[in-house]
Amino acid sequence: MSYLKIDRVGKTFATGNRSVEVLADIRLTIEKGEFVSIIGHSGCGKSTLLNLIAGLTEVTSGGILLEGREVNAPGPERAVVFQNHSLLPWLSVYDNIRLAVDKVFAASRSRRERHDWILHNLDLVQMTHAKDKRPGEISGGMKQRVGIARALAMEPKILLLDEPFGALDALTRAHLQDAVMQIHARLGNTMLMITHDVDEAVLLADRIVMMTNGPSATIGEVLSVPLDRPRDRIALASDPGYLRAREAVLRFLYERHRFVEAAE
Amino acid sequence: MSVSTLRKPSAAPGPVPAAVEAPAAPARVLSLPRPARPPALAVLLRLLAERLLPPLVVFAALLLAWQAAFSGGSSGLPTPAAVWQESRELILDPFFVYGTQDIGLGWRVLTSLERVAMGFGLAAVIGVGTGAVIGQSVWLMRGLDPIFQVLRTVPPLAWLPISLAAFMDSRPSAIFVIFITAIWPIIINTAAGVRAIPQDYRNVAAVLRLNQLEFFWKIMLPAAAPYIFSGLRIGIGLAWLAIVAAEMLTGGVGIGFFIWDAWNSSRLTDIIVALVYIGAVGFLLDRLVGWLGRVVSRGTAV
Repeated sequence: MSYLKIDRVGKTFATGNRSVEVLADIRLTIEKGEFVSIIGHSGCGKSTLLNLIAGLTEVTSGGILLEGREVNAPGPERAVVFQNHSLLPWLSVYDNIRLAVDKVFAASRSRRERHDWILHNLDLVQMTHAKDKRPGEISGGMKQRVGIARALAMEPKILLLDEPFGALDALTRAHLQDAVMQIHARLGNTMLMITHDVDEAVLLADRIVMMTNGPSATIGEVLSVPLDRPRDRIALASDPGYLRAREAVLRFLYERHRFVEAAE
Repeated sequence: MSVSTLRKPSAAPGPVPAAVEAPAAPARVLSLPRPARPPALAVLLRLLAERLLPPLVVFAALLLAWQAAFSGGSSGLPTPAAVWQESRELILDPFFVYGTQDIGLGWRVLTSLERVAMGFGLAAVIGVGTGAVIGQSVWLMRGLDPIFQVLRTVPPLAWLPISLAAFMDSRPSAIFVIFITAIWPIIINTAAGVRAIPQDYRNVAAVLRLNQLEFFWKIMLPAAAPYIFSGLRIGIGLAWLAIVAAEMLTGGVGIGFFIWDAWNSSRLTDIIVALVYIGAVGFLLDRLVGWLGRVVSRGTAV
């Protein structure tokens, strides 16, 4: 039995008497400990797919199973790292994570253990130094680190990352990609990341799920990235395997499934 | 083209070559004259002068104009000098007690404030609660908003006969009038604030499976705090308007009744002193709620 199974999932949004089929017949299985990237042009419904897995949106047809149990509501075992971090601005960095930890582990861990667990997760993303700052006082990259720490602190079965680094500058993004790779290596989490960055997809993922353009978007192709871990971005820059994977994704996106509409 | 040819035209004639020569004396640090910092007291005085002087001057000018305009004797209104002569005790001692109805204005203001505290406190709790529920539901919002918009325009005193009939007593009636006057902006603003909570925060709450009560305390109240407090600020202003009017009709020992009583016994100068009290207390209440809002919603607006 697979860890996460997305079985013939479709999603139709109805507004008034008009309905738009965003996703159709999505079939994907993800194994425990796997890092999967989903890539596609903007508007292809990849964020919708993530919301379906998170349970924030209901599926129209088909079903999603996590460890054999159907997903029909959001929950901390499918923690989300949101694109715009979504930290609560009135809480300190520590309290933002505490909100999650206190809720998820209220019954199972003592106050002391929860405190240590919060600090442990802040340490994982190297944000211990800013624990008493408010989100407004730290940089965008730091906010996203805290967002990752908050999600990790829920001990999710699968970590869902919704274009987590899309709003960051290139250098900060590289730092955070490295941080995510280290965390993945250390904790062995199952991770599913939405991205529109080809290099990011290839660098981080074990498999890359490429989506066709909407409406009625579906999975066009799944590419395995057989690169050894730990991966080093500089060494990979000239690695033939890396370049082949990169080219395959580029060909899919820009030859076979060109984005026809003028962007924005 | 070599570097030297490039540099030649820019090199100034005369003293420059001399400067290039090895300096005769080793370099030493020249202490620049430190800009004289004005003493703290002077800064404070200047700030005071800048901030306090204009209102004081304007105030004095207004008093003078008032004195000049009404000192002819033909007008029925008192001059500032008359106010000072006839109501000096009211101005100087707000907390005297000579009898049940002969007390200082401080006591009267406190009595009125007590009623406002009860009416407004009730309005705040019920208003925020109701607003939170309404803001969560599009249907309730659509259904109730027109009613609120109509009710909030009803003047405070128009509620008084109804509440007198309902409570049969002037004290709860006055409190009810304050409550019903202050509650509408609180409800409307809270509902607007709850509707304006970003979907991101709702998603966070959903992933964490926060229940309704946790969502209310941990997400809704802090996120909507700026809206709620602007509603409370409008509400406290209206409440203070309402209490004076209500007390004029219901009697008792409040500042509103004092004005009515003074009018009936032709003590115009006392009324003027009371007006100043009412204005000052209203101003302080407004600032108090504004300050509270800033403290509570610190960080929310980021």
